[in-house]
Amino acid sequence: MTAPMMIVSLTALIVLAVESLKKRTETIDPTLAILGLVAAAVYAAATLGSSGTAFAGTVRTGGFAHFFAILFCASGILSIMLSKSYVAKASIEHGEFYSLILFAVVGMMLMASAADFVIFFLGLELMSVAFYILAGFARGRLMSNEAALKYFLLGAFATGFLLYGIALLYGSTGSTSIESVFEQAPRLIGSTIFLVGLALVMIGLTFKIAAVPFHMWAPDVYEGAPSTVTAFMSTGGKAAAFAAFLVIFAPKLTLLSFEVREILAAIAALSMIAGGLFAIAQSNIKRMLAYSSVAHAGYILTGIVAANSYGSSGVLFYLAAYTVMNIGAFGVVAILETKEGGFLTFDDYAGLSARKPFLAGLMALFMFSLAGIPPFAGFFGKYYVFVGAIEGGFTWLAIVGVLMSVVSAYYYLRLVVMMYFRSGEGTFDQPVARLALGALVLSAIAIIWMGLFPSLVVDLTSRFFS
Amino acid sequence: MLEQYLPLGMMIAIGVLAGLVFANINRWIGPKHPSEEKLSTYESGMEPVRSARERFSVKFYLVAMLFLLFDIEVVFMYPWAVKFRELGLIGFIEMLLFIGVLLVGLLYIWRKGALRWQ
Repeated sequence: MTAPMMIVSLTALIVLAVESLKKRTETIDPTLAILGLVAAAVYAAATLGSSGTAFAGTVRTGGFAHFFAILFCASGILSIMLSKSYVAKASIEHGEFYSLILFAVVGMMLMASAADFVIFFLGLELMSVAFYILAGFARGRLMSNEAALKYFLLGAFATGFLLYGIALLYGSTGSTSIESVFEQAPRLIGSTIFLVGLALVMIGLTFKIAAVPFHMWAPDVYEGAPSTVTAFMSTGGKAAAFAAFLVIFAPKLTLLSFEVREILAAIAALSMIAGGLFAIAQSNIKRMLAYSSVAHAGYILTGIVAANSYGSSGVLFYLAAYTVMNIGAFGVVAILETKEGGFLTFDDYAGLSARKPFLAGLMALFMFSLAGIPPFAGFFGKYYVFVGAIEGGFTWLAIVGVLMSVVSAYYYLRLVVMMYFRSGEGTFDQPVARLALGALVLSAIAIIWMGLFPSLVVDLTSRFFS
Repeated sequence: MLEQYLPLGMMIAIGVLAGLVFANINRWIGPKHPSEEKLSTYESGMEPVRSARERFSVKFYLVAMLFLLFDIEVVFMYPWAVKFRELGLIGFIEMLLFIGVLLVGLLYIWRKGALRWQ
């Protein structure tokens, strides 16, 4: 059943209709959007054990697809919870905001459940178009406009690569079904058209996950977009692109020649190194988190390069962990951000622990988890993908990953040092919305829970790849 | 291998040639009696008032975009109408859903004032 997608689509349409019918002076309540996402997530969780296809075999349901559906819904719910007070603060309180988030979630679900390249492309576009608009949602801010335009132009270009790649794969195999394309892969591995098609699809996807060398857009877009939108697209959007990566490449990667994995391994290593090194130089926290997101794309890609069940289920665990910890980190940034879009630098956070002890504590937790310090979820995400890489014969990649994790600790812990061991002047008197705080607490609980009982999630995810 | 592409290459060559010829044949063989009237901008017989090279209101783009959307809607309806009997009740319900989604969109642009020119 494709019910989770239907529920979210319907909710998005209802939100849009409510937005159209309300008076101009009224503001929209996000409760309906949250309820729709919760309903979809509950349904997906209840049918996690099932498996099947829909729409003439072009959409997969149950298992893997529903795991990701839950992940996207969680990302959407937490982002909306954070957004309510944020959009009010930035004076961009429009119903379209929630509607677009819901449509983006539908697109992500389509990507994760695609069994056909056309459906995958449809989902990707649905998600991306919603993202382009969301990135520019703060119309009054120059930065937001710049982010939207940059994202749109580069994203449209990447989409072109992807579509051309799909066309070439279709041309060389005569099918758009992902499975039948890769069934013919061993026969076609010497064919130039097939390999070029594969490479172009890979370029399109690596753009969406913001891996080096297709990461250029990430810092500017993540910095310029409204903070809660960044939280949403850096988690849900990335997870959706990785889901597509897994659907398209993971089961067949060993069928392809070794070079394809070598290329992906090089991209992973470059992402970890470049993302990690550039993040050190940032003074703006949103930019730092953007480069850290590039580095995390590298870590997660390591699990895909591994091409074994350890690596693949590690990718799923990592994505779940990354979703909650990154939404948490951007959530704290969004709460502390001023009306004009200030309070974003490391220096602003000096002495935060004295002024906002609870928020500072949560931020420290998110930073520890992002840095991969046990017992938080981030550690186990890294552990599983690195073990997968070693078992898959990519020990050197695991070594690069571990070394870059050490480097990454510097810029994550720098923020903790700023908050706890530096004194800052000035008072911070912005009210903190309960709903937003609730989202942060939920994220923190999820991080600790996944860190304490990682096997619960991994037992579930490894079932999808056995 | 490559000779398979010969018909395609010939087609492209003929296509380009035909395009060039038709685009320029008038210039080559047509009589030329230029006058001031003839050289002025053609505006459906109206007296041209200003230069055509100016900025258009962004509203035109909005209208063009909306037109395109609902234009495509009709394109989808034609094959459905032709195959109406074969598709049966399911096809009817699916088309209702499709139109319903578009109706929400129409409601949205209407209420947001995208259809108002002012």
